Amino acid sequence: MADISDHPRETFRISMLLYDARYRSLTIQVVAAMLIMLFLAQLVDNTVTNLAVLGKDISFSFLWSTAGYDINQQIIPFTSQDTHARAALVGILNTLLVAVLGCILATVIGVFAGVLRLSKNWLVARVMTFYVECMRNTPLLIWILIVFAVMTEATPQPRDFREGGTAAMVFADSVAVTNRGVFIPRPIWADGSGIVVAFLILSIIGIFVLRYVARKRQEDTGQQLPVLRLSLAMLIVPVTLAFFAVGRPITLEYPELGGFNFEGGLQVRNSFIALWLALSLYTSAFIAEIVRSGILAVSKGQTEAAFALGMQPNRTMQLIILPQALRVIIPPLISQFLNLTKNSSLALAVGYMDARSTLGGITVNQTGRELEGILLLGIFYLITSLIISSAMNFYNSGVKLKER
Amino acid sequence: MTKTVFIGALAVAGLTAGIASAATLDDVKARGSLKCGSNEGLAGFAAPDANGNWEGFDVSLCRAIAAAVLGDGQAVEFVPLTSQTRFTALAAGEVDVLVRNSTWTFTRDTDLALDFPAINYYDGQGFMVPRALGVSSAAELDGATVCIQTGTTTELNLADYFRANGISYEPVPVATNAEGQQQYLAGACDVYTTDISGLAATRATFEAPGDHVILPEVVSKEPLGPAVRHGDNAWGDIVRWTTHALVAAEEYGVTKANVAELAAAPTDNPEVNRLLGTEGELGAMIGLDADWAVKVLSVAGNYGEIFEANIGESTAVGLARGLNAQWTDGGLMYGGPFR
Ligand SMILES: N[C@@H](CCC(=O)N[C@@H](CS)C(=O)NCC(=O)O)C(=O)O
Repeated sequence: MADISDHPRETFRISMLLYDARYRSLTIQVVAAMLIMLFLAQLVDNTVTNLAVLGKDISFSFLWSTAGYDINQQIIPFTSQDTHARAALVGILNTLLVAVLGCILATVIGVFAGVLRLSKNWLVARVMTFYVECMRNTPLLIWILIVFAVMTEATPQPRDFREGGTAAMVFADSVAVTNRGVFIPRPIWADGSGIVVAFLILSIIGIFVLRYVARKRQEDTGQQLPVLRLSLAMLIVPVTLAFFAVGRPITLEYPELGGFNFEGGLQVRNSFIALWLALSLYTSAFIAEIVRSGILAVSKGQTEAAFALGMQPNRTMQLIILPQALRVIIPPLISQFLNLTKNSSLALAVGYMDARSTLGGITVNQTGRELEGILLLGIFYLITSLIISSAMNFYNSGVKLKER
Repeated sequence: MTKTVFIGALAVAGLTAGIASAATLDDVKARGSLKCGSNEGLAGFAAPDANGNWEGFDVSLCRAIAAAVLGDGQAVEFVPLTSQTRFTALAAGEVDVLVRNSTWTFTRDTDLALDFPAINYYDGQGFMVPRALGVSSAAELDGATVCIQTGTTTELNLADYFRANGISYEPVPVATNAEGQQQYLAGACDVYTTDISGLAATRATFEAPGDHVILPEVVSKEPLGPAVRHGDNAWGDIVRWTTHALVAAEEYGVTKANVAELAAAPTDNPEVNRLLGTEGELGAMIGLDADWAVKVLSVAGNYGEIFEANIGESTAVGLARGLNAQWTDGGLMYGGPFR
C-alpha cells in the first residue's frame, strides 16, 4: 500500500488515451461505438432520402385502410372489407398455428427417432439413421414442395367423390381426403357444452393432483399407485357422464359434397398440411440428433448403477437418464423451435396465408409499402422468437443442474 | 481518421447507388442495352422460344423501345418478374421499363410513384372453367375454389365481384401463372381467373384447350401498358411515343414491309413524313435520331402486325381485336398526332 502512494500521482494527458494500456481499450470501444452509430444514422438517412427521391414517404397509415383481398384460412373472421392490420393479424395467427403444431409434432417425432436411433435392433437403428440423414441434408423448401405436390397430385378431386366416381370417403364416411385438403367432422357446440368442457378441465387438474399425491406416497412409503390407469379413468369417466347427463350438447357436423366442393365440416387445407408436415419432419431430424446426443451425454455408469439397484430399463430411462439428458437437450431444442417458427415463412411457396404472405406479401404489394411492411414483419418474428426463447429458458431453469 | 473517411465514402457510394438515376435515357445509352421487366412466361405475350429468344406481344414493345433508343431491337435484356416483385424491381431501378401485362390503376400511378405512359392492350378480368363443370355464367360460381395470382389487381377485383354478388368462394393464392395453371389443371381449383388475354394465352398451352371455357362475364377494366418510374418525364415520353408510333403506323398503313421505301423520300402524307423523320425534327425533340420510328417499325412492324403475329386470331392464343382495334374501326387504339 505504502509503496503505491509513494509514487507521484501522474497527471492525465490526452496521448494516454492511445498509449496507456489502461485507457486504450476504452478509447477503442468509444470510437467503435461512434462509428457504428454513424453508420446506422447514415443508413437510415440514406433510406429516407432515397425514398423521398422516389417520391415515397414512410407511413404506417396503410394499416388502417381496407385490405380488399380475401384470405382462405382464417382463425378469426375476416372479409375483404377489413383493414390491412386485421389481415396481418389473421396471418400472424396462421403463423402461430403452424409453428405451435409444428413444434409439438417435431418434438414427438424427434424424440422417437432419437431414442430409436440408439436402439440395439440393427434394422431400427439403421432406418432411423437413414431418416435423419435424408431429412437433415435436403433443403426444407424441397420437402414442403414434395409434400404439397403429393397432396395435390396424388389425391382425388372433390368431383371424383360423386355417385359412380373413383373416390370414397374414409372412416365411416366422415373424412374426405381431396386435392384441396382433408375435410374432417367439425364439432358443433350447443348449450351446455360449457359444462362438459369444465368437467374436462377439472379432470385434468385432478390428474395433476393425483400424480403429486402418488409421488409423495412413493417417496414416503415406497408404494406405487397405478397412475396411468387411474389418470385415464379420471380423464374419460367424468366427462362422458357429464356429456350424457347434459343431453349430448356437442355434435359433429360431417363434411358433405356440395356443388363444387365439400361443404360443412372442417377443411384442413393442403397448404397447411404440406407446411406443417414438412416443417415437422425436417425439424424432427435435428431434434432426433439433439435427443440422441443428450442421452449419450449421460455417463454409462448411471445406467449401470441403476441396474445394480435392480431398476427396470424403462424406469431407468424415465427416472435416471432422461432427467439428466434434458439438461443437455433443452438449450439446443430452443433454437430448433426458433428455427421452425422462422422457417414457417416459407409458407409462401405453397400459398399458405401466414404473416409473410398477408402482411409481408399481398399487403406490401397492394400498398407499395415494402419498407414498412417488412419492418413490421421483422418485428413480429423478433418478438415471437424472444417469447419462445424466454418461455423455454424458464422451463430450462427448472430442469437444469442446481448447484448447491 | 482514415476509418471515418472510409465510412463516409461507403455512405456516399450507397447513396448514389441507391438513387435510381433520374436520366434513364442516358443510362440505357451508356449501357448499350435496355433492361425490360417482363413476364416469366405467358404464351403470346412474353416467353422465350426454343432457342432462348424472347418473343411475344409485350416483348415486341420492349424491342421497339430498344430500337428507338439504341437502333437495335435485339439490344434488350429481359428480366422475368413475378406479379409480386415487378413494381419493386422497377422502383429500385433494376429495370428501365416494365412491360408485363400490368394494369394502369390510380394507386399504382400515384401512390406507387409509377407512370403508365401508354396503353397497349385494353383488357378485362374473366373466369375460365373446365367445360365438364357445366357452368355457363360467373353467377353460378357460388362456393367455387378459385386460383388467383397474388399481387395483382385480379385478387382485388375478385373479392369485389363476389361480395357485390353476394356469393362465396375459396381463394387459392398462387405466385405465378405457371403455378396457377398447374393447380387448375390438377383440379385443385375449379376456376382460374386473370385478365382475359392471360386466360386465352394460358389456355392455348393446354393439351386440350377445347375442354375449357372462358365465361362471358368481364368483371373489371384492365388497361394494360408499359410502366416507368414517376419523375423521369423524358424517358416516359420515349416510351409513350414509341407505343403511339406503332399504333399510328397501322392507321397510316406503314408496315414492316414498306417502311424502308416510305422513309426513303418524303411522301404525299405529311403525317407519315413527320413520323418517319423525312420532314420536321420530331426525333431531336425527344433526344432520338430523326429516323427513330423507322427503326421501331423495322423490328416487327406496326401495332396490327405485332398483334396478329403473336396473339391474333390466326395464332393459338386466338384473340380478336375487339377493343384493341383502331379507332377508325370502332376500337380504342388511337395513335397520338405526330406534329
Ligand atoms: N393485369 C393484372 C394481372 C397481371 C398478371 O399477373 N397477369 C398474369 C396473367 S395475365 C401474368 O402475366 N402471369 C405471368 C407470370 O406469372 O409470369 C395486374 O396488373 O395486376
